[in-house]
Amino acid sequence: MTDPLVIFDLLLALAIVALAVAALSVRDLYAMIVVFVIFGLLSALAWVRLSAPDVALAEAAIGTGVTGALLLKTLHHLRFASGQRSVSMTPTIPVPTGVMLANAAFCGLITLGLAVAFLGAPSAGPGFDTLVAESMPASGVDHPVTGVLLNFRAYDTLMEVVVLLAAVVAVWQIERGLSDAPAPEMGEVWQGFARLALPAIVVVGTYLLWVGAEAPGGAFQGGAVLAAVGLLLLLTRAYVPQPHHRGIARGAFVLGTGVFALVALLVAGGGRVAFEYPLDHAKTLILLIEGMVTISIAVTLAALFHGREPVALRMEDRHDT
Amino acid sequence: MLELFAATLITLGTVFFIAGTVGLLRFPDIYCRLHALTKADGLGLALVALGVALLAATPGAALRIALIWFFIAVSSATCGHLIARHARLAEGGRHD
Repeated sequence: MTDPLVIFDLLLALAIVALAVAALSVRDLYAMIVVFVIFGLLSALAWVRLSAPDVALAEAAIGTGVTGALLLKTLHHLRFASGQRSVSMTPTIPVPTGVMLANAAFCGLITLGLAVAFLGAPSAGPGFDTLVAESMPASGVDHPVTGVLLNFRAYDTLMEVVVLLAAVVAVWQIERGLSDAPAPEMGEVWQGFARLALPAIVVVGTYLLWVGAEAPGGAFQGGAVLAAVGLLLLLTRAYVPQPHHRGIARGAFVLGTGVFALVALLVAGGGRVAFEYPLDHAKTLILLIEGMVTISIAVTLAALFHGREPVALRMEDRHDT
Repeated sequence: MLELFAATLITLGTVFFIAGTVGLLRFPDIYCRLHALTKADGLGLALVALGVALLAATPGAALRIALIWFFIAVSSATCGHLIARHARLAEGGRHD
């Protein structure tokens, strides 16, 4: 007997592929972003169907929410820079053929690597489920995904946090000062919504972080939700980044990576392997790392949305204050 | 009995979603489309949430569904307002 949900799954898979094709083929950048966001939401649904709610949460919060906001912000900037309402896919300055070929080669290599990994993986094997389940008592947490991410494979997670740090460092190197594009005027209803939503988002983000020890959730999902607080504050202009806040921001950027690496080094210093947390303190250490990483992720994503280092400009250079 | 009632509510909610989608596709301009979408989705979501909450195992889960409904309702109303406001300003119409 066929599971009726198979039909739903097939439709979902078809819709995801169709949306991916549409996102690549549509010529208007705004339409492209909208299609991309819908693509992300359906991907999150697909992860739910694959019984991976952790990945679904991350996809919905980071892959769709924050990335969509970043893309829309970029489009706002492009529209202002080009002076046109609809920005076309075709770049005004032609891309050098060498760059295009290099990009094509890298994309091809990634696809090839994925294909090799997929074909090389043992099909229908037991996977690591039993191994993880057996080791769970040693991890200090009750949720297998958190156990794997923060304990068994903590090194990979540390590298992911470093990638975010590298991204914000690069953005601050490239873009400084104040945005030329005027902030969109959103009206009073939106301000009221922000006042209502802000405290709720703080609670939801913290809840996602806390619940990560025993249920789907964790630092990346909680951090992305908390980053939404930063986005709301920046959009309502309740918070305007000031040059003298850079020290605090830099501290928040490196906090997660720093605490993560420090814990690993201290554990390693006690005659253990790095990330081999002592069992009595495993949960405390994991929560400490996750808490600090959440702060870093939230501040970093909000800073990426702001998209520039706030530096003091000479008064006559100021476009908007 | 409870399951039947919940299924009826969810089905009714889905009908509203379909009506909203048809309205989005068929109505002539952005304001009519927004009208169809926000009204239908608001009621549709409320019915689906009520149906799912009836099936929820614990009061905590039901409370979470209620919270999710509340925030989606508020944000979709705000989104509708923002889109309509933006469309009006883009038309160069009156400022409200």
